Amino acid sequence: MERVLELVSFGSSGWGDEIASGVLVTVSLALATLPFGLALGFLIALAKISGDRYLKLSADIFTTIFRGLPELLTLFLVYYGAQIALQHMLIYVGVTGGFEINAFVAGMVALGVVFAAYASEVFVAAFTAIPRGQYEGAAALGLGRRQTLRLVILPQLIRVALPGLSNLWLILLKETSLVSVIGLSDLLRQSSIAARVSRQAFLFYLIACLIYLALAMLSSIAFNRIERKVATPGMTR
Amino acid sequence: MISTHYIPPQPAPPAVRAKWKGKRIAGVTVLSLWILGAIGLAAFLIASWDPELVRRYGPNYLSGLWITVQLVVLSALAGAVLSVPIAVGRNSHNRIAQALSYGYVYFFRGTPLLAQTFLIYYGLGSFRPQFEAVGLWWFFRDAWYCALLAFTLNTSAYQAEILRGAIAAVPRGQWEAAAALGLPRSLTIRKIILPQAMIVALRPYVNEIILLLKGSAIVAIITVFDLMGETRRAYARTFDFQTYIWAALIYLSLVELLRMSTEKIEARLTRHLKRS
Repeated sequence: MERVLELVSFGSSGWGDEIASGVLVTVSLALATLPFGLALGFLIALAKISGDRYLKLSADIFTTIFRGLPELLTLFLVYYGAQIALQHMLIYVGVTGGFEINAFVAGMVALGVVFAAYASEVFVAAFTAIPRGQYEGAAALGLGRRQTLRLVILPQLIRVALPGLSNLWLILLKETSLVSVIGLSDLLRQSSIAARVSRQAFLFYLIACLIYLALAMLSSIAFNRIERKVATPGMTR
Repeated sequence: MISTHYIPPQPAPPAVRAKWKGKRIAGVTVLSLWILGAIGLAAFLIASWDPELVRRYGPNYLSGLWITVQLVVLSALAGAVLSVPIAVGRNSHNRIAQALSYGYVYFFRGTPLLAQTFLIYYGLGSFRPQFEAVGLWWFFRDAWYCALLAFTLNTSAYQAEILRGAIAAVPRGQWEAAAALGLPRSLTIRKIILPQAMIVALRPYVNEIILLLKGSAIVAIITVFDLMGETRRAYARTFDFQTYIWAALIYLSLVELLRMSTEKIEARLTRHLKRS
């Protein structure tokens, strides 16, 4: 037991600080991906409900691709693909020499497009859950298209979409573990290093799992708070 | 008094000419970008087509694909079997069974599959003397068995929730009516509850299998040579990016195949609900 405490303590003899920095990377990657994924997902949802055939088809192609590819493969495609593409571009411009894509950015883009593909479906479902009368009422009040979206539709949309989005957030949080494969020092990678060096693999992987669980629990609490905040008192739906 | 001045009939308003509005322009632009991308991809694959490469790595891809399919099918089946007692535990009135099954489901749904796989392969692998003592070391030494175990445990947690939700979605009256007809419990479940629960459960089940198929790519990291593992090996040897493109195309067609066949099965299961 004492040995375990020493291993997970902060400082030079323990791995506590390394793992803590890994948690920081995991959380910041997830938090950085979220706004990007949400915005892209919302745009794709708008394209799907726009009523324009070509726009909907384009959005459907996006969803089909990024919901169908394994996340790990998407990550590799972004990481190596962008690297090769940029290298070719640089050679074309005349710059030679090595070039490395930032693993954090590659992870953000790969996880973001996957998140957007799923989030767009959540948004579309939420859009269809809003009755036509809301649009008609807004038009009767003389609101423009932008104003209707911002003042009437969005506040209701958030309420309907929140459970689905909170699910996607939990999935995103777990999928950040994949970036450990392309060398980003996230929670799982730091735990792997600790496991290999200390030869206490079970202990450190269990700790990693428990930290992921704790992050999921914290997120659930936060989402419950937000849900209560955006709920309209007395409104049932 | 009723007005006698009627508005004379007006001609119909002129048909609105479909204009190229913002949406249409955006749609055509984005779609042409997709088409350009597809043409570029096809051109890249044709330009870098190399019979030597196909001869050398084609069979590897096929054997990798076979490993992937085996992993998904075996763990989905084993997970389905394991999910039944967990779902029963979640629904039981026994406090201990409830807590145990809830903890199990929460753990396996709340942690990354990659971390679970590491926990089983590397974590349990560090108890070598103990496993050797009970004669189980051959199992935990092998990355393939460990992957199979991790995936089975993971999917059983998800499948238990699907099963529970689907059975809960069948109205109480169906149970009561079956009891009123004097049907025994096993017959009720087989003939009345399960067919209706299947309709609800089909989509989530297929989604779970798709998630499993996509998740199976991570076993490449613990040195199982599935489709992803073979792809990584081919890329490491050739540094040819088309290796990843081919893998992406194979995964995409597998997932689409699953999705399309679900729609067929769903149409068959719900044929009694269709009008016309």
